[in-house]
Amino acid sequence: MIAPAKPDLVTVNIDGQEIAVPKGTNVIEAARLVNVDVPHYCYHPKLSVVGNCRMCLIEMGMPAVDPATKAPIMDPATGKQKINWIPRPQIGCGTNVSPGLHVKTTSPMVKDAREGVMEFLLINHPLDCPICDQAGECKLQEQATGYGRGYSRFVEQKNVKPKRTQLGPRVTLDDERCILCSRCIRFSKEIAKDDVLGFVDRGSYSTLTCYPGKKLENNYSLNTVDICPVGALTSTDFRFKMRVWFLKQTNAIDTESSVGANTVVWSREGTIYRITPRRNDEVNDTWLADSARVLYKAVKAADRLAATETIEALVARAAALFKSAPGAIAVVGSGRSTVEEQFLTRHLAHALKSSAQLVSRVGQGDKLLISADRNPNVRGALVTGLIKTLPTQQLTDLAAQIDAGKIKVVVAINEDLAAAGLTAAQLAKVSIVYLGAHANATSAAAKVVFPTLTVFEKSGTLVNQQFRIQKTLKAVPAAAGATDDLVVLSLLVAAAGGATLPAELAALWKVIAAEVPALAAMTFTNLPETGLVLDATAFAALPFVEGDSLHYKPAQPSVAAATA
Amino acid sequence: MPAPEQRRLIFKHIDEPGYTNDIGCYLRNGGYEVLKKAVARKPEELIDEVKKSGLRGRGGAGFPCGVKWGLVDRKSGKPIYLIVNADESEPGTFKDRYIMHQDPHQLIEGTMISCFANNVKQAYIYIRGEMPHGARILEKAIAEARAANFVGPNILGTGYSCEIFVHRGAGAYICGEETGLIESLEGKRANPRIKPPYFPAVLGLYQCPTIVNNVETLCHVKYIAEHGGAEYAKIGTPGNTGTRIFCVSGHVQRPGYYEFPAGTITMGQLLNEVCGGPLPGRKFKAVIPGGSSAKILRFGERFKGKRKVGTELVDYDWGVEDVPMDFDSLGMIGTMGGSGGVIVMDDTVNMVEALANINAFYSHESCGQCTPCREGSLWMKKITSRMVHGQARNEDAALLKSVADQIPGRTICAFGEACSWPTQSFIAKFGDEFKQYPETKKTAKPVDAVALV
Repeated sequence: MIAPAKPDLVTVNIDGQEIAVPKGTNVIEAARLVNVDVPHYCYHPKLSVVGNCRMCLIEMGMPAVDPATKAPIMDPATGKQKINWIPRPQIGCGTNVSPGLHVKTTSPMVKDAREGVMEFLLINHPLDCPICDQAGECKLQEQATGYGRGYSRFVEQKNVKPKRTQLGPRVTLDDERCILCSRCIRFSKEIAKDDVLGFVDRGSYSTLTCYPGKKLENNYSLNTVDICPVGALTSTDFRFKMRVWFLKQTNAIDTESSVGANTVVWSREGTIYRITPRRNDEVNDTWLADSARVLYKAVKAADRLAATETIEALVARAAALFKSAPGAIAVVGSGRSTVEEQFLTRHLAHALKSSAQLVSRVGQGDKLLISADRNPNVRGALVTGLIKTLPTQQLTDLAAQIDAGKIKVVVAINEDLAAAGLTAAQLAKVSIVYLGAHANATSAAAKVVFPTLTVFEKSGTLVNQQFRIQKTLKAVPAAAGATDDLVVLSLLVAAAGGATLPAELAALWKVIAAEVPALAAMTFTNLPETGLVLDATAFAALPFVEGDSLHYKPAQPSVAAATA
Repeated sequence: MPAPEQRRLIFKHIDEPGYTNDIGCYLRNGGYEVLKKAVARKPEELIDEVKKSGLRGRGGAGFPCGVKWGLVDRKSGKPIYLIVNADESEPGTFKDRYIMHQDPHQLIEGTMISCFANNVKQAYIYIRGEMPHGARILEKAIAEARAANFVGPNILGTGYSCEIFVHRGAGAYICGEETGLIESLEGKRANPRIKPPYFPAVLGLYQCPTIVNNVETLCHVKYIAEHGGAEYAKIGTPGNTGTRIFCVSGHVQRPGYYEFPAGTITMGQLLNEVCGGPLPGRKFKAVIPGGSSAKILRFGERFKGKRKVGTELVDYDWGVEDVPMDFDSLGMIGTMGGSGGVIVMDDTVNMVEALANINAFYSHESCGQCTPCREGSLWMKKITSRMVHGQARNEDAALLKSVADQIPGRTICAFGEACSWPTQSFIAKFGDEFKQYPETKKTAKPVDAVALV
């Protein structure tokens, strides 16, 4: 690791606590470092600062100096330098730290300012918390409780605004709840680069809406719902489905591409209700693509496979197939499997005296959180040694070998061979052992089918495009009739005559750490929440397909970019 | 003491019989001679003259013009823009429109001198949307000036070039706020910007250093360039140099616009002598001295304190009539000279209804960007409208004051002050009327009152 360049530090005093923070930090972030909460609505660390909610008003002052000599003026009472407090409260979000800045967040002036702003924000708010989806994770609720007066003096008619505007296919807007913080507008403009939202009308009648003829339909539209501090923007999918306080949160990883955006999976009693982003400033900041949020629907999909035999019976049948065709067995692993599964796949291929191959999936990168490589874990296969070169989209070599009769048995793990270019005739010509969660042409043609798990039902690690190894955790229990991939793989390795390998993560990681030099110092439990970047120098020459995306620049121009 | 004579520097030709707004008339009256001399001088000299003159901005805040020019970032390498703030929208103010309608070349000459002094290559006149006639006059005047080589490329053969464009607003009070104006000029909603970091002198129009000056201020610059800063500073009183134009409206015999050396005339002289006093059989009750956002004064109240005269402090004990009409004296008694819009109310006016009118205006004009102003202005309007048109409660006065107190000093721009000062001052000065209003209404209900929107 290269030590980060030492940033210029500035010492500030927040409620009496001195702290050195990097130059350019604003007061809200500086206060966060000393565990002082500065309430705010419009400020978002990843968006531009507009300072319009006025909730973060705090008292600030600078050490007094003699204007002529620049000598510090001392306060005889305390023996310290006198502080010139600014008579008006200042916004914490829009004020960057300067040397010697003093901040008071608990003074009567600050308390009064917060009470005033809270009261103003609530007078035209419908206060329909009992039916509002945001209840329980609403900044307005939290800060009204924390900083408001607790009663209302408003006896006039509240403003009336549109209650259920469909801004796009996935976002529903209740304008009466909107506090006009403009986070969603700034997100659309600055991050999604799809400037479709704006305010119409003036003053308290200002109304959030889409520009005429436009829709909020980009693949990042649901981020506006995440950053909406109130219940104005709601997810049409999640709306009225579940109270958030009933939901269990599980940290996971978005598996739709090699970006590996960090997520939280929200579930209750074995059912997933929504997926939201988890902040990782090195990977996805606080954002997540809309397409990543519907992946959970695969868990309860109609085409889930379920076993009709015991696992022992299935393994026995697979073992028989392995014995029937020594030296004529192919293993098709997957870039969608976890590192642990790929490690066991490597052992399986080794035991079957075969070499494994993967199927690549390439699409268009969106330069943000979806990369060209739609497999989340091709690099995991490289690190574990399952493959040496990058996979191809079509299994043409395998097809030729089947046609030539050199391959009699194919073990397909999470990959549909038909989608990878094998014809029905070729599938019929070989005996297939299939591991997967969902039915497809391969599972239909397979002799032995092991129903396995979706990513939400298992724990493991994935290596993203930055060679960052990240943990994804089991959110919901396995579907009935499905077996953990690791259990199936370890049984198959044994059936193929290989070593006895554990299927349990902690024990398996001891083996992985011992066998894979890049992962030697790791265990599953000590992997940080934000992941760990692995040494990728061994793979630097490989022509990876990814182009630029958020927090990622390819080491060398991608093939796609070079041919474009 | 009799009122001093009017001294018309800026309004010299306003309402002059036979004076027209074309360039021919302007040239016959010595027009553009100052510009010709100015472009032969060093720009720094001109800036120096303005600094020496002590000229204070005539838009409302009274910020020294020379200081404003001194703050401009001239090292950034970016172009410097000058914007003429012609969005005169403070209720009670009607001076800039007369300059633009009747003497537009005076403004153009003042603008070009200011542009030359500040090395500005591009100036904009941002004119209020409700003044289409003024915009047409300015367009024509600029075309005339361009044809005569006072505007455009290579002005008067000096090699200096500068263009002026007229940009019409779309009818919003907040576009008079300089950063709101800049946003609007950039084609966006006129939401004022946060300062820091967006001081116009550093990050103004298109994130370039920008000077925003009021129409009248730039006309004063022309006079300063003509006569020198020291000479200009002799007009008026120290700290309040030059002349001030007062736009008197409301319950006086002769409402209108009057130009006097700053600080030489008192409120009493202005209203009683110049404007002919109250209407027959009426008495003055209250006056707003600097546009509707300034704090109201109640006739009969007295102001005591110490003020600086020269170098020494002297006691003063003024009635409303005795207050000199300059920035500092009006500031001292808790109101402001503002834009010079003097709004007079006599004893027929009910102050609750007057405030309801003002509140209706400000709630309609709040841009809606920041919370205290957006919600506070409408809340105050809802309270006063309800008091007038529905049920007035005894506790409304205290509530109004409390709401108003939660706004100023906590907003992005000065609109927070503008919308809360009327309520604060009306309640402070006429609290008794607000308390009695529920009773007043029972006896004198305005049956045909027009609903306030």
